[in-house]
Amino acid sequence: MIAPASSVGFWPAAGMISAIILASSVGEILTAAAMKSVGDLDEIRAHSGLAGAIRAVLTCPLFFGGVSFLALAFFSLLYALNHLPLGLVAPASASLTLVTNAVGAKIFLKENVDRRRWVAAVLVCVGVYFLAH
Amino acid sequence: MAHQKLSPRQYAILGLVSVCAPLGDTCLSQGMKQVASVSLSHPASLIAAVFTPWIALGIALLIGFFASYLTALSWADLTYVLPATAFGNMIVEMLSRFALHEAVSMQRWLGCLLITIGVGFVAQGPSLTERPAPAINTPSAEEEHVR
Repeated sequence: MIAPASSVGFWPAAGMISAIILASSVGEILTAAAMKSVGDLDEIRAHSGLAGAIRAVLTCPLFFGGVSFLALAFFSLLYALNHLPLGLVAPASASLTLVTNAVGAKIFLKENVDRRRWVAAVLVCVGVYFLAH
Repeated sequence: MAHQKLSPRQYAILGLVSVCAPLGDTCLSQGMKQVASVSLSHPASLIAAVFTPWIALGIALLIGFFASYLTALSWADLTYVLPATAFGNMIVEMLSRFALHEAVSMQRWLGCLLITIGVGFVAQGPSLTERPAPAINTPSAEEEHVR
């Protein structure tokens, strides 16, 4: 039997969506940091072949940290979709993750998130909300 | 920031990032609707859900997304790649309107427009933050003298 969405209160729903956002943001920032430390995969593949590119990724410890958090986000999403309507989970998690990732990229990855990228993050965030709500 | 111009192949990888993610999520959603209610006290049922056809197809698409996403992150900033993932939602919306002839509300068209403008904003800028070259540790004159 599929659990009705109305059976879940505000705080449990907020907790499920927050867990997705937190795990997803940490995972994506760790993965991005890993790929920056590995270098351009196209160049590595040109020099060492596909096996060399896969080896370069799999020997990076940060990559496994990122994948672990992304897996946690994935199972949190499955759990939330089982208890909450897609129309709530998808827009809330997708749009808020964009903003938390932009903040995380600025603070932890030291990316130059200029005004153009902030405006884009907000526009895409609102756009995703409208699209999926 | 240095202006890093992407090659057609790199744009194709960003296209894969855009398309695979929303299609994968749609398959997952379809699959989870067919699975019985999952409880935290029985987490094994969540693992069993992974082997149902829709969820397996969703996972295959998300693996394709992840491979192209990792490749994109190796030559572009996270804040450059992320809007591309949202652009895929717009592609799905266009497909549902023009291929499946589904009704698309004004609110959804507005969402499409905002995402397109946002992606256009980012795409016109540089793809990678310029970082200072790492300092090369050369031995000082004194160290050379000691040697």
